[in-house]
Amino acid sequence: MAQSFPEDVLVHVFSFLNCDKDRNAVSLVCKSWYDIERSSRRRIFIGNCYAVSPEILIRRFPDVRAVELKGKPHFADFNLVPEGWGGYVYPWVVSMARAYPWLEEIKLKRMVVTDESLELISKSFKNFKVLVLLSCEGFTTDGLAYIAANCRNLRELDLGESEVEDLSGHWLSHFPDNCTSLVSLNISCLVSEVSFSALERLVARSPNLKTLRLNRAVPLEKLPNLLYCAPQLVELGTGVYFAEIQSDIFSNLAEAFLGCKQLKGLSGFWDVVPAYLPAMYSVCSRITSLNLSYATAQNPDLVHFVSQCSNLQRLWVLDYIEDTGLEALAASCKDLQELRVFPSDPYDAEGNVTLTEQGLVAVSEGCPKLQSVLYFCRQMSNAALVTIARNRPNMIRFRLCIIEPRAPDYLTLEPLDTGFGAIVENCKELRRLSMSGLLTDRVFEYIGTHAKKLEMLSIAFAGNSDLGLHHVLSGCESLRKLEIRDCPFGDKALLANATKLETMRSLWMSSCSVSFGACKLLGQKMPRLNVEVINERGPPDSGPESCPVEKLYVYRTIAGPRVDMPGFVWTMDEHVSSRLSRATE
Amino acid sequence: MAMISKEHKKEKLEFEETELRLGLPGGGGIVNGDLVKNGKRGYTETVDLKLNLALKETGKGENLQKEKNLISCSNDSVKHTHKAQVVGWPPVRSFRKSLMAVQKSNSEEGGGGAASFVKVSMDGAPYLRKVDLNMYKSYQDLYGALGKMFSSFTMGKCDSQGMMDFMNERKLMDVLNGSDFVPTYEDKDGDWMLVGDVPWGMFVGSCNRLCIMKGTEAIGLAPRAMEKCKNRS
Repeated sequence: MAQSFPEDVLVHVFSFLNCDKDRNAVSLVCKSWYDIERSSRRRIFIGNCYAVSPEILIRRFPDVRAVELKGKPHFADFNLVPEGWGGYVYPWVVSMARAYPWLEEIKLKRMVVTDESLELISKSFKNFKVLVLLSCEGFTTDGLAYIAANCRNLRELDLGESEVEDLSGHWLSHFPDNCTSLVSLNISCLVSEVSFSALERLVARSPNLKTLRLNRAVPLEKLPNLLYCAPQLVELGTGVYFAEIQSDIFSNLAEAFLGCKQLKGLSGFWDVVPAYLPAMYSVCSRITSLNLSYATAQNPDLVHFVSQCSNLQRLWVLDYIEDTGLEALAASCKDLQELRVFPSDPYDAEGNVTLTEQGLVAVSEGCPKLQSVLYFCRQMSNAALVTIARNRPNMIRFRLCIIEPRAPDYLTLEPLDTGFGAIVENCKELRRLSMSGLLTDRVFEYIGTHAKKLEMLSIAFAGNSDLGLHHVLSGCESLRKLEIRDCPFGDKALLANATKLETMRSLWMSSCSVSFGACKLLGQKMPRLNVEVINERGPPDSGPESCPVEKLYVYRTIAGPRVDMPGFVWTMDEHVSSRLSRATE
Repeated sequence: MAMISKEHKKEKLEFEETELRLGLPGGGGIVNGDLVKNGKRGYTETVDLKLNLALKETGKGENLQKEKNLISCSNDSVKHTHKAQVVGWPPVRSFRKSLMAVQKSNSEEGGGGAASFVKVSMDGAPYLRKVDLNMYKSYQDLYGALGKMFSSFTMGKCDSQGMMDFMNERKLMDVLNGSDFVPTYEDKDGDWMLVGDVPWGMFVGSCNRLCIMKGTEAIGLAPRAMEKCKNRS
């Protein structure tokens, strides 16, 4: 059957397949389809950079134009992964520089990127267009200068929320005068001031610029200059939104915004002066995405501004919005799909604002399209969670962080099992769940029974026994990522569900009760898993085998154990015992 | 004979590895130190019976109970949840944390350590506000902040022309100091005083709440207020 189509026809047909799942499926049909598919795949996504090696990638896919890589586990965002753990992009860049001279896009998340890597990227790929570095680290503004200077056709430079060693703002001036291709520029994470005139000229000669996210050092008074150069902007991140109160600054700002007819997304707002928010009123009705999570404005200024944005689909905001603000949001923003409420003072036990479960309930009632929630608060009840679950069976992402660990239902003092149980039972499309508060093994039973589409689960300070973990590993069919901290889960459930781990991307367990012996066993029996023990206080065999390891990271891989581990990471495989005893000699 | 049957067993296991399954993934675990992939053994079956038995047989006397593990090792595994600072909790990204800390310290630069919140009301305004007096170094600072805070009330609807007028600092001072509104405060004794009469530090220490009164209401507060009213009429 496959022979009846000439290769050209198949290549053409396959060119309509963009999603990896489909391409993987056609690769399995027969050898010739596998070969045709692999030579025509242009975009690669690797969710764990250690699951596969550059050599394996290049061997199978010889002509790739876009690569996306993720490095450290998600809990690295909260300082749970020690410095030096890994996730280096340099070996990938070296291999790709040889094999993919026509590479156009590199997107990285939670990886270590050096100036050397950036220089190599800038010099190896003649048609390089897109560089996205989300939550990365390890490079300085000198590295950025290489990108600016050498990537003639650069379309996108997005530094995400990376940690950049900011030596100076001079790098931006390295963009040559004939670089006019920029579509997206995000430098919001940088601290030092870039030359404003260089920035202004860059913006002015980039007619296709759609996204511009400035850093804090760009003064508010100068923002109108940039807006006049780029009235076609779709997404704007302001610099600092603070200035002395002067009528001409305000009027300039208001008039500049009047000209931005395409603006749909706003962010920035550092050090916001509420009096300047009305300058944006002319664009508010078109805004679909609003990130006020760095804006320390309070009510009524805050809610007044947000309520102007009647077409809002996505709102990120601090808990200064309070319950009253969320009630107003629920009344005025009927298209809301995603809400994230961050804590303004995460370490204050009592809290400084009136943001409770009521606010979230109100939004769940008033916003029929709400499907994605991240909510930090200080009290929750089963009744509220049940209400939210019944209101929004279309929920896809639900992340709730009650600030005090193991906090019970504040009304009944019971665990929140029933509430989260209602979430997984009603929200049948739920793909991501983060839980908090007082939770027993029972909630995991609910999750294992109902959360059939759940792909990512985050658990902290929850559960009573291995039964909890067993419910999740044996029941959640779609589970890809599981991250656990400070739970009384040990060896039993892990070993009983060892093969489940090969169907997942990764498992993280820290401050749990998994013994060194069990880790060794798992690593020895499961050659297609890398079982990595992270012990900063010393080698895991310095105590008895029953001693719990500090942190455990298990992931499936076809690349074997990694070779770039620091001294506090041990791979459990059949050689581990001899390796450890050698190390202590 | 025994060797052949062992080989058969090995082949059977390998076959099952490649067999397409419609059942739940998992259910394959490590039992007795061996990887078992066939069937979906129940939790209790696999673990409580087999694994514990195996351990008892080897006579290691090791116990998978959490308490014993913890006692036999150093005290590192039990996490004490202090109210202050559990690592990585609450799960706020360091990027966000550091930015918030900078903004907070910027806004607190004016004052000392603890906050000193007082309520601020304004005649005719529907909302109360709160200010932290420690954030300001002088009366001028305070007036500036009050002006920003209550700007939207003094002109009713937010039109840019009215806003621009109000933004003009001279007018702001006029509004606060002049004919229409007078800033007053209630001190620790419960008396209503005119803002600005005592040194700043003393004011911060004695102020309970603020009220921006209409000039006519401020009659009787202090001689200066009365003089203002006289000058107007």
